[in-house]
Amino acid sequence: MIVAEETEVDYVEPVQNPAERLRRILVRMLIYGILILWAVICLFPIYWTVTTSFKIAPDVMRSHLVPFYDFMPQWLGWRSLGLSPETIFETSTVREEFLRRFWNSVLTSVSASFLAIVIGSLAAYGLTRFSYKFGPMRNKDISFFFLSQLILPPVVLALPFLVLYKELALLDTSIGLILLYTLMVLPIVIWIMRDQFRAIPVELEEAALVDGLSIWGAFLRIVLPISVPGMVAAFILALILCWNEYFFAALLTSTDAKTLPVMVASQTGSQGINWWAMAALSTAAIGPLVIVGILLERYIIAGMATGAVK
Amino acid sequence: MQDVSPSHSELDDIVAAEPALENRGRWGVLVLAGGTFVLVSTFAIQLLHANGSIAFGFDTWRPVVYAYLVWAVSLGASQVLRRGQAGSRALFVLPAVLFIAAMVIFPLTFGLYISFTDWNLSSFEGRKFNGLDNLRQMMSDVFYWNALLNMLWYSLAVLVEYAIAFGLALLLHAEIRARKFFRVVFLLPLMLSPVAVSWMVGKSMMEIRFGPLANLARWLGWETPIFFSDPWLAKASIMVMDAWTFIPLMMIMLLAGLQTLPKEVMEAAKVDGATAWQTFWKIVFPLTLPVSITAIMIRIIFKLKLADIIINVTSGGPGGATDSVTSFIFREYRDRSNVGYGTLLAMVYLVIIVVALTTLLNLLGRWMRGYGQEES
Repeated sequence: MIVAEETEVDYVEPVQNPAERLRRILVRMLIYGILILWAVICLFPIYWTVTTSFKIAPDVMRSHLVPFYDFMPQWLGWRSLGLSPETIFETSTVREEFLRRFWNSVLTSVSASFLAIVIGSLAAYGLTRFSYKFGPMRNKDISFFFLSQLILPPVVLALPFLVLYKELALLDTSIGLILLYTLMVLPIVIWIMRDQFRAIPVELEEAALVDGLSIWGAFLRIVLPISVPGMVAAFILALILCWNEYFFAALLTSTDAKTLPVMVASQTGSQGINWWAMAALSTAAIGPLVIVGILLERYIIAGMATGAVK
Repeated sequence: MQDVSPSHSELDDIVAAEPALENRGRWGVLVLAGGTFVLVSTFAIQLLHANGSIAFGFDTWRPVVYAYLVWAVSLGASQVLRRGQAGSRALFVLPAVLFIAAMVIFPLTFGLYISFTDWNLSSFEGRKFNGLDNLRQMMSDVFYWNALLNMLWYSLAVLVEYAIAFGLALLLHAEIRARKFFRVVFLLPLMLSPVAVSWMVGKSMMEIRFGPLANLARWLGWETPIFFSDPWLAKASIMVMDAWTFIPLMMIMLLAGLQTLPKEVMEAAKVDGATAWQTFWKIVFPLTLPVSITAIMIRIIFKLKLADIIINVTSGGPGGATDSVTSFIFREYRDRSNVGYGTLLAMVYLVIIVVALTTLLNLLGRWMRGYGQEES
C-alpha cells in the first residue's frame, strides 16, 4: 500500500474522481499518523527522563508531565550530581565520582573503537586486495573466521577472562576493558570496512604502485584518505556499542575503571529510589550519544546499510 | 564472502615480489627464533614460579603478555625479512589474527579446561578437576534449561520486531515530508544504553504508582498494571523494552535494502496495474529477502546476548521467568562465585547457538531458493 504510494508520485494519475482522492487523503493521514505515533514512542522515554531530572518528589508521585504547566522545574536531581548552577563551582564528591566514571567511559570506548578501526581496517584491506593462504585457509575462510566472532556471546568469554585478568593484574583496569571491547566490535568493523575498500577502484593503487610506492605507501597515502567516511561510520557504530556495554564492565571492574553504565546500574538506594537523581544520571549517560546520533546520523545509517546490502 | 576476483590477482601481479635474499631470510629466521625464545622462556619462568619450583619470577602473569607482543612483532618482522613483498602483505591481516588468537582462542581453550573443574573463586581451595560433575549438575539444573527455553521465546520475538521494522522502513521509504526528522527520531532508541533504558522504562515508566505507562494502562482499563509479576507478562515487558532499543537497527538495514530496489521494476508493476498488496508480496518482499535474512540473523545474534535489561530490571524474576542464559550465568557467578560451573554452562550455550544458527541459516537458504523459484 505504502510502496504504491511512492510510485504514484512519479505517475500522474489519469483518473482523479472524488472517491479516489478521498482514499488517497485517508492513506496519507494513516501514514503520518503511524509515523507520528512511532516518533512519540521513540521520544517519550527520553522526554520522561529529561523532565524527571528536574522534578521533586511530589511531582514524580503525581506523575506530572509538562514543565511550567504541571510543575516548576527544580534543580534537585542535578544538585545531587553536583551539576546544578549553585553547586557547579563548589567541590563535590558526587560530581568527581560522576566525572571519573564519565571519563572512564570516554577513554575505554574511544580507545577501543580506535584500536578496532586500526586493526580491522588493515585486515579488511588485506582481505579485499590480496589473496592469502594460511595453511588450509583462503581469504574466504579467513573472512569467515573474523566475522564468526560476532556470534560469540560475551558470557562465554566472561568467566575465563575474569580468571585470566586476575592473573594478569588487568582486573579493574581500563586497558583490560579496552582489549575486550576491541574484540567485541572488531568483526563489525571488519565487515563494514571490507565493503568500503571493495568500493574503491583497484586502478588507483595500481597507478601508485607503478609510480614506485610500496604496498603500505599506497595504502597509507592513497586508500586511507578516501576511506575516511567509511571509517567514521564504523567508528561511530563501535563507539555506540562500547559506550553502552554493561556486562563485561559489571564483571571486570569494581572501583578504578568502572564505567558509566555500571554506575547507573548501581544506584539502588536502600530507602527507595531517588527518581530525580536517577533521571539526572541517566540523562547525563545518554546525552553524549543522543547528540552524536542527531549530528552524525548520516554516518550511522551508512555504516549499518553497508552491512545489510552486499 | 568474496572470492579471488580478477582485480585482486591484478594487484598481486603488478607487485612483482622481489626475490628474498638469502641473507635476509636467515635474519628473519633469527628474529623469529629470538621472539619465540623470549615468549617461551618468560612463560616457562612464570609457570615454574607459580608452581613454586623456583623463587625467581614475576608477581603477575602480565610479563607474558608483553612477551607475546614481542613475539608478535618478531613474527611480523620475520615475515617481511623472509618473504619480502608477500610478507608485507601478510602484515595487513597478521595483527587481527594474532589479536583474536590471543583474545578468543586462548581464553576459549582455557575456558574449556576450567569448565571441567570445581573452582570457587572466593574459597581458598583453588580449582579441582571434577570431571563430568558439572555436566551432571547442569542436566538437573531446571533453571538453566528454563533460561535456554526463554532464549527461544526471546528469539521468536524477533519476528514481530522484524514485521514492525519492515513497516517502519516502508513508511520511511515512502514519499513523506520531514523524512530526515523521522529517520533521526526513529534511530534514537538505538543510541541509548540498555542500562539507562531499564531505568527509564522498566523501573520508572512502568512504576505502578506514577509511571506514565502504568497510568496509560489504567486509563485503558487495566486495574492493576503490574508489569513484572506474571511470568508471561514480565517476559513480554522485557521483550518490548529490548525491541524498542533494537528495532532501529533492523529498520535501517531494511531501509537500505528498499533503496536498492530497481525503480523500473516498480514502475513496470504499476503500469501492469498491480495493486499495492500484490506489488509488496510479489516484488518488494522477494527482492528484499536477502537483506531481511541478514537483518534477522544479525538481530538474533544480538538477541542471544540479551542480559543487561534483565539483570537490571527483574534479575531473572519472577521465578526465573525472564532469565536469559547470560543473566542466569551472571547471577550464578555473583551468588556462588563458581567459575567452573558457570563456564561450563556458557560453553554448552555456545555449542547450542552455533548449531542452531547454522541449521537456521541452512534452512533459510533452502527456503529462499525455493521462494525464488516459485516466484520466477
